[in-house]
Amino acid sequence: NWEQDGFSQGYHAIGYIFLPGDGPQKRFTAPPVNSPAWTQVSPKPQTQPLPVFTINYPRIQVPFEITLWILLASFAKIGFNMYHKITIWIPESCLLISVGLVVGGIMYAVHGMPPAVLTSNVFFLYMLPPIVLDSSYFMPTRPFFENVGTVLWFAVVGTLWNSLGIGVSLYGVCQIEALGLKDINLQENLLFASIISAVDPVAVLAVFEDISINEQLYIVVFGECLFNDAVTVALYNILSFVATMPEVETVDVFLGMARFVVVGLGGLFFGFLFGFAAAFTTRFTAHVREIEPFFVFMFSYLAYLVAELFSLSSIMAIVTCALTMKYYVEENVAQRSCTTIRHVVKMLGTMSETLIFFFLGVATITTDHEWNWGYILFTLLFAFVWRALGVFVLTQIINPFRTIPFNFKDQFGLAYGGLRGAICFALVFLLPQNITCRNLFITATIVVILFTVFIQGISIRPLVECMKVRRTNRKLGTINVEIHKRLMEHTIAGIEDICGQWSHYYWKDKFKKFNDRVLRKILIRDNRAESSIVALYKKLELQNALELLGPAPSDLSAAPSLMDLHVETKPTARTKRNFPASDLRNMHELLSKNMYKIRQRTVEYTKKSALPNDSKVREILIRRHISIRHSFRVGSFPRTVWNLNVSSLDNAEGPGLEDKQSWKMTLHPCSGSRGTDLELEPLSATSSVSQLQRFSSRQERPLQNRYHQPERREHELGQQTSREPIAEGLWGQPQRDSWTAHRYSRSRDEHRPGGGNLPPSAPTGWAQEPLIQKGGGSQNHLNRRPHWRPHNPHGPQSPGQVD
Amino acid sequence: MGAFQSVHQEDNYEDLATRTGFSPEQIRNLHRRFKHLTKNGDKLRRDHFRVISDLELNPIQSQIIEAFFDKRNFQGNGRGTVSEIGFEEFLIVMSYFLPTDPNLTAEERESFRQRKLHFLFNMYDTDDDGKITVQEYRHVVQVLISQSDNLDQEEAKEIADAAMLEVASLAVVHMAPDEFYEGITFEHFVKIWKGIEIEMKMHVRFSHLETTSICK
Repeated sequence: NWEQDGFSQGYHAIGYIFLPGDGPQKRFTAPPVNSPAWTQVSPKPQTQPLPVFTINYPRIQVPFEITLWILLASFAKIGFNMYHKITIWIPESCLLISVGLVVGGIMYAVHGMPPAVLTSNVFFLYMLPPIVLDSSYFMPTRPFFENVGTVLWFAVVGTLWNSLGIGVSLYGVCQIEALGLKDINLQENLLFASIISAVDPVAVLAVFEDISINEQLYIVVFGECLFNDAVTVALYNILSFVATMPEVETVDVFLGMARFVVVGLGGLFFGFLFGFAAAFTTRFTAHVREIEPFFVFMFSYLAYLVAELFSLSSIMAIVTCALTMKYYVEENVAQRSCTTIRHVVKMLGTMSETLIFFFLGVATITTDHEWNWGYILFTLLFAFVWRALGVFVLTQIINPFRTIPFNFKDQFGLAYGGLRGAICFALVFLLPQNITCRNLFITATIVVILFTVFIQGISIRPLVECMKVRRTNRKLGTINVEIHKRLMEHTIAGIEDICGQWSHYYWKDKFKKFNDRVLRKILIRDNRAESSIVALYKKLELQNALELLGPAPSDLSAAPSLMDLHVETKPTARTKRNFPASDLRNMHELLSKNMYKIRQRTVEYTKKSALPNDSKVREILIRRHISIRHSFRVGSFPRTVWNLNVSSLDNAEGPGLEDKQSWKMTLHPCSGSRGTDLELEPLSATSSVSQLQRFSSRQERPLQNRYHQPERREHELGQQTSREPIAEGLWGQPQRDSWTAHRYSRSRDEHRPGGGNLPPSAPTGWAQEPLIQKGGGSQNHLNRRPHWRPHNPHGPQSPGQVD
Repeated sequence: MGAFQSVHQEDNYEDLATRTGFSPEQIRNLHRRFKHLTKNGDKLRRDHFRVISDLELNPIQSQIIEAFFDKRNFQGNGRGTVSEIGFEEFLIVMSYFLPTDPNLTAEERESFRQRKLHFLFNMYDTDDDGKITVQEYRHVVQVLISQSDNLDQEEAKEIADAAMLEVASLAVVHMAPDEFYEGITFEHFVKIWKGIEIEMKMHVRFSHLETTSICK
């Protein structure tokens, strides 16, 4: 009777969860049958107590298990990253596979069957697209396009070379009687070889990122991985078709080549189509900002699926889509949507990658294996040998066309870095069942994958260091380097113009012109957004960001701001946060964003596992500006900055600034070797404020020096010594260069959070007091600072403690 | 005349090739370009550079042009500027942008690198006193970011100042409180670039092919 059954089923579920196996079921099915109590209950449904607590597992089983798997993989990832030492020596992919192996082993022992979650379909439709989107969205486009010839060369010809080479040699091996593999014919070997030769982007990039290999190699391998999909897919389709055919005719060979071209170009076409569609759509999303990120994902996924529909190269489609769409979409969408897009792309990609490796480990345990020593070992051998040969031969051919030819060490890096990964694995599962030795192929693929990921992945770092393959210089250069690099790039651009070189820069320029004239008009909402409007918009947006940033590092009162917005400035809690590095980055960002837009050259490539932080940095800078402007308005900021020799005060001519405070300051270099008076130009509110900001947030180094100065030299005329503090404040570090005389603080190093108590003072009032030429005045001035603690042994925290 | 001149030119090319490091085909191409810029004259002047439309958009256009007329870049010991240059000087300046030949020895590579760095240094040091002062630096930074509407000159100043400080901290290991940092000398400049492979970046791919069809 239903009541009883329903009840007992609930209990079945409980029993199932608590104790896998047969026990609970028996236990719980027993009562309804045996116990009289139950039978007494059943005939009177109305008196049956209401189930207070039921569990219904089967209903949520699938999503629940998926979530648990994802969480497990994420915990593993967290765990690895807590021990940095491990990830230096063992790439994360290896660790994840190991964890997967362990978990798979456990599950196998317990259940005796593999988890049903990973199928080829799931892999290709759900797990691969996020990874490819992630890789291509953050692909450094400039180096990529500069190397596109090499990339395509390696991708297409290299993969073909590998497949044919491995296939034929394996066929030769199969002819050996001793191995007992005579029944694998040539087509099957070729099919297997085409699967094996696909270098996998996920595995390779993880490893290359970890070892910071030089940019050229990175780009070439990256591009090769992404684009060899076209070849692999085409080959795979052709060969699997052919493998089922009794014999091959020459017309089929030509058809095969035609198919390859169709696959590649078709993928490209759909990528462009959906990329432009996405760009065009975002042109109209001004009023629906919340769903803007959505379009990026939907269109790229659509590109992928449509390409899959037509059996074209879906990876190429999604790569092209991302590349096309990125530039226009990022111009059209709001700042926040842009950040969201980047973050979500990164998140999905990382998650997918983690899961794939994890499942690779699990599935290794749980599939049926067929082991044949000879075949598998020869596969390994040939995979390695043919890759090395291929790289060597291809490099010899293409080196003359490259500006920076690959030397031998680069070639080694390229060859050794050919890791296989999950794509091979998924492809081998897609093999039709009627192929004999399917299990052998699966086993061989898994062995190759594990070998390359573990052995090559782990050993590539010491080998690269040993052989001194060119690495990239990852550390963020100093500002100087940044400036000089920019100068150099502009110079090179100029020289090229002068030479009238017909290089690929020519095509780039042509494209740029086309882009500016045609594409941007169609695809971008406001083609020439005025900077003032943009600035205003940013200010508006960043109001909220300001709150997020937390209490402003200085005294801000709640006076109305520049903007029309009502700003709720928080009271002074000084932020103890340190922004030294971000200031540096700010400047980098300033430099990089604001130079010579016609030819932008990004030299550095994005670390795969990190979000590019340019927008964030910019936000921080602009936030600071805003907050500082507020403070200015309010007059809360001590014009510490201006505690310098102010010889005359003029009105500000700051560009478009409402806050017209400025003064000209003439500073005399102390040991006036130059003897020139440096004029500090009128500081705009923004900059001074930003300086103050940095000032306050930077912990500058010992102010002892500073404070000694006044004591010593207060009677010297024109000494900036007393100005020191302020001057220092400008950067949070003593600015000596040519205007201040003394301590050059060499510290660009760590700053204690400082900010210091900047007591509010009316800047105006302050500024108008001409700063004294005599030390006495400065003394006065210094005395006015309430928080100045000259005898503070560690130096007062806030350089800017002026009144 | 044509034949004689071409033979004469061929010898010249060979000679120039050994001196500058270009290949004869590259020299021929560059000569063609030179002729195009000077409208078949013999000497290149500053205003000849104005016709290059893309160069107009370059923020450091004037510095680049000046570099061609700066005697310090002619690998002699000259100082000061000239008002017009011949093809040889043109070539010498261009030769700073050759890719580094992998067959060079370590010293040759080092000296090549020094020459490239000196070229850059000269672009900053306009008054030729051997140092980059803060004004010169500021000027360069301002020019570099002049294209943007988002930055004002003040920020450029700040950046330049910060950069100067950085060099000071980097180059002068221990600076007494009384010292005055005058400017970046060439040695300090080189120190900044220590560890960075400028050779890989500072080069132009001089083609061996015909370029006359694409003349801007």
